[in-house]
Amino acid sequence: MTLNGNETLLKVENLVKYFPIFQGAIIRRKTGNIHAVDGISFEIKQGETLGLVGESGCGKSTTGRTVLQLYRPTSGNVYLAGQNLVTMKGEELRKMRSKMQMIFQDPYASLNSRMTVGEIIAEPMLIHGTANRKEASAKTQELLRLVGLEPEYSNRFPHEFSGGQRQRVGVARALSLQPSLIVCDEPISSLDVSIQAQVVNLLEDLQKQFNLSYLFIAHDLSMVQHISTSVAVMYLGVIVELADQNQLYTSPLHPYTQSLLSAVPIPDPVTEKKRRRHILVGEIPSPANPPSGCRFRTRCPLAAEICTQVRPEFREMTPGHWVACHMAGQSI
Amino acid sequence: MMAPILNVQGLETQFRLEEGTIRAVNGISFQLNEGEILGIVGESGCGKSVTMMSILRLIPAPPGKVVAGQALYKGRDLLAMKDEEFRQICGSQISMIFQDPMTSFNPVLTIGRQIAEPLEAHLSLTRGQVYERVVELMTIVGIPNPKDRFNDYPHQFSGGMRQRVMIAMALACSPQILIADEPTTALDVTIQAQIIELVKELRDKLGMAIIWITHDLGVTAGLVDRVLVLYAGLIIEEASVEELYAHPEHPYTIALLGSLPRMDAGGRKRLVSIEGKPPVLYEKPTSCPFAPRCKYRIEHCSTENPLLMQVRVGHTAACWVDPKTGKERS
Repeated sequence: MTLNGNETLLKVENLVKYFPIFQGAIIRRKTGNIHAVDGISFEIKQGETLGLVGESGCGKSTTGRTVLQLYRPTSGNVYLAGQNLVTMKGEELRKMRSKMQMIFQDPYASLNSRMTVGEIIAEPMLIHGTANRKEASAKTQELLRLVGLEPEYSNRFPHEFSGGQRQRVGVARALSLQPSLIVCDEPISSLDVSIQAQVVNLLEDLQKQFNLSYLFIAHDLSMVQHISTSVAVMYLGVIVELADQNQLYTSPLHPYTQSLLSAVPIPDPVTEKKRRRHILVGEIPSPANPPSGCRFRTRCPLAAEICTQVRPEFREMTPGHWVACHMAGQSI
Repeated sequence: MMAPILNVQGLETQFRLEEGTIRAVNGISFQLNEGEILGIVGESGCGKSVTMMSILRLIPAPPGKVVAGQALYKGRDLLAMKDEEFRQICGSQISMIFQDPMTSFNPVLTIGRQIAEPLEAHLSLTRGQVYERVVELMTIVGIPNPKDRFNDYPHQFSGGMRQRVMIAMALACSPQILIADEPTTALDVTIQAQIIELVKELRDKLGMAIIWITHDLGVTAGLVDRVLVLYAGLIIEEASVEELYAHPEHPYTIALLGSLPRMDAGGRKRLVSIEGKPPVLYEKPTSCPFAPRCKYRIEHCSTENPLLMQVRVGHTAACWVDPKTGKERS
């Protein structure tokens, strides 16, 4: 798989993932669906980062997992370097997995506590047969050095490391198969502030070095702005706005993006005092029974009659700036 | 200058474990003024929660022990008074909001009963009065349809709503001091903004003093009046919020502020990372505990631990070096 600079690496089309709801203890029957991801499309270019933000329960993690085929989608297509992952099965799909890896949120739960760090990092290489034991061990040492850990640490167990160091181990494991896409599912949200910066800087360095593409899932909007090339904002299973990083943060078009941005605290008391905040009322509705028309209308300050009836189309307002809103562009 | 309502002096807390005695708090002194919001900022393990738990006598003993210090509330030492006396103050005049709204409730009691508990314990009210007050409290913190939700159980509330219930519970007996231990860490940004607005509003309306413990320098900027920065169980910098963000003087504070991406600055600047991790202290520090991670380190830092010294008007920092010149302060 060889790709040059600005080619599209990942293309997602109309991705849908429903989880069935069952009820009844004796006669179990399906009574509905959780609309976790409901028809989203995006692209990631080689060497770029797409930030995916939204509140908890909006389907951002499900999107990440469905892209990687850890959940099989209900419908839609996922193309990695031109090949459709959704139609693949068994051995064919397994081979593709080496090209797409994941870094998990909780570095305490995502490393097997009975394996040494060396075994954890070597395991993907042995499974995929890209290296024999001896080569894998040499490669492990190299990977440890790459993520800023001492190669001698390979005989230690995960519990001997701090949160930030464990997350580095997770990064080394994801890199071991030389993937082109890494899905980072809130990789820093469980770390301390000073350690977060270490891990983010590491991810940025590795991206430059190996021309990696990231799907960076997070709820911290300021960190997403920092790391992303473009940003998608999700609400209740749909992408409501997608634009390049600068565009989205300086001129957000969707009322949800506008209120999300106004809720992010800025570490400067002078700016904070002057800021006009728009605080969203209420909470995210249940994805089992999403509102009709526009999903955001129950919390939207601009909601009008049309919003209850017609689901807003995801349209390109200005080049590269996509938004799904009838009122797009009006400020709240 | 307002009068201090809480005056903590020389607080030291230790945990005696098999591998040695961990010094979590190593001599912390501060004052909380009436009606003030004081921010206590630091990373995990810096002793910010242990400080508050020590003041509220919540340290599990053994292994923990408050070995020195006083906490004077209206001139009376919370740490020295009898249990019965303390119980009258704790939960009514001083109350606390905990970090995790998911695990801080009793799952088998209704929300209404849990909010009523402090009222029943501290005030002699009739059942009707208690009910009225609970409904009033739920209205104050913005829970819709309080009468209908009175008999709901915690699992029927979302995270943000549970945090509101927790605040209602803490406000039940109109406290003088409210201690909030990372109350918004587990919440989404939109819900976090709701809770912060609520707390500001309540402070203005009810006039209590608030201690806000957090690791997030972003949250404190828009909320608190004064900030204490903690590291290794010591206060390393103290200033008013405007002063601290405009002129941080301790290298740790400078680095912490540098490690935050600034949304208003357009992003993409490389973040300042602090290499290494915070120490766990088994001995009283004889050198500056931040020295191994500090890029301004000089000879003096490894021979003597700096105490808080005045660096500007109303601004103290515990550092030998002036970060503007990189030389030792005279």
